[in-house]
Amino acid sequence: MAQLANIPIRIEQPEAEPQQFGNALPILNEIRHALARFAESAEPTRIDLAAMPFGPGDEEHLMALLGRGEVEATIDALGPTRVWETRFPGVWVLDYANVEGERIALQIEVDEIPQMLRTQRADITDSLTALDAALASATAADPAAESRH
Amino acid sequence: MATSKTLGESLRQHGVSRRGFLKFCAATASMMALPPSMAPAIAQALEKARRPSVIWLSFQECTGCTESLTRSFSPTVENLIFDVISLDYHHTLQAAAGDAAEHAREQAMNSNAGEYLVVVDGSLPGPKANPGYSTIAGISNYDMLMDTIDGAAAVVAVGTCAAFGGLPKADPNPTGAVSVQDLVKDKPVINVSGCPPVPMVITGVLAQFLTFGTIPELDEYGRPRAFFGQSIHDRCYRRPFYDKGKFAESFDDEGAKAGWCLYRLGCKGPMTYNACATMKWNGGASWPVEAGYPCLGCSEPDFWDAGGFYKALSVPTGSPGDVLLTAGAVGAAVGVGAGLMSRNQGKQAAKHHDKVTADQLEEKL
Ligand code: SF4
Ligand code: SF4
Repeated sequence: MAQLANIPIRIEQPEAEPQQFGNALPILNEIRHALARFAESAEPTRIDLAAMPFGPGDEEHLMALLGRGEVEATIDALGPTRVWETRFPGVWVLDYANVEGERIALQIEVDEIPQMLRTQRADITDSLTALDAALASATAADPAAESRH
Repeated sequence: MATSKTLGESLRQHGVSRRGFLKFCAATASMMALPPSMAPAIAQALEKARRPSVIWLSFQECTGCTESLTRSFSPTVENLIFDVISLDYHHTLQAAAGDAAEHAREQAMNSNAGEYLVVVDGSLPGPKANPGYSTIAGISNYDMLMDTIDGAAAVVAVGTCAAFGGLPKADPNPTGAVSVQDLVKDKPVINVSGCPPVPMVITGVLAQFLTFGTIPELDEYGRPRAFFGQSIHDRCYRRPFYDKGKFAESFDDEGAKAGWCLYRLGCKGPMTYNACATMKWNGGASWPVEAGYPCLGCSEPDFWDAGGFYKALSVPTGSPGDVLLTAGAVGAAVGVGAGLMSRNQGKQAAKHHDKVTADQLEEKL
């Protein structure tokens, strides 16, 4: 086992710039086009980053360029989806993970608010029914409710 | 049991919320290599989709394809699809065996006649070969395939063995192995090649059939263009180095450490059509070239017989001529240099754990 120590190990400088393969800037350009389109005609765009030929470091570089903005949210459905607005308002990142926390998709969405964050109409209808039921049972259980009628 | 509920209903029964369903559709679009703008169309189609019955036949194979599929991180969107599609027969995954299993297959065929999907992994001894090389429950692979596809809507050949013959068909092909498309002529055959295929590609193709009920657009080898439409080389993140003529010459030189192109180390990326460069492996963690290893060309016909894994492609494709001339010249010089190194020196190098060149590696194999 003494020989194990002979295997040379090279430690990257932690402060060194991450390695880059130049695939972040074209995406940033695509985002710019999408943002211009939204500014002009309010047409939203979604970009699937899984379809991009990223090398190690490219995604980090893109994310560093986009930065973080004011809004951050987590959606708990089929595992967590982390959503944040970048430092460019209207440019959102959606990081979809499964219940084990492994990423299943990564998207950029250019919109006022990402589709996933909006409450769907059908859910609002269901919600009304659920709230009615909750109200009915709460009223039935409340002794003071009778006198208020 | 198969076709009673729609997929939307099944998902909701599994406790999937509408936001969860949106997420499912976003991930499915990504998996099908469709633009994210297709997610609403997928959602609509999935709400109405009936669960198709799937019969999975495994012939002369190593189970690598099924491993690829089931070892994909779980529980995932793919698994969800498998929970809701009805996998009525799969040799490896089902508990039943022998007559009971065959009975399940026949029942699935009868009750879903004309609509079920047959998935095949592995090649099989052709009609003129000795059927004894591969049988299941006493039935030859050939008879089982022909019998099963009779009422099928389509056949999906999963893996390079099923698609092109693969390892069993490699020279000298002792079992007379043939591919599925060699035998199935009157049904659509979708080839999902790869050794094994990227799991997301397998499920992406199945999801497409499940969602839209259609056969995807195929290339000249019968592979879905959405996944096999571009070469590894065209989507490789190391491509800028190739274009600049910067090549790693051994697995541990400075070029290799700097992440240069692996062409000189035998990368078959320029002639290989597959989705590895974008979809990657192990849940998107990495892929062979990113790990510093050349593409072997595993999704192409006859890749086992296509020369050494570490031999550079002789006719480079799709790149500027002047760059290639330089690359070729450098390559020739290195080849001569490596050739001059004596066997004895090679042995000594091994003893002292010194560097080994790609050519030496090739020599040893
Ligand atoms: S030859 Fe291989 S490593 Fe080089 S750019 Fe093409 S696919 Fe990438
Ligand atoms: S990189 Fe090449 S050899 Fe490796 S899995 Fe992908 S297509 Fe097959």
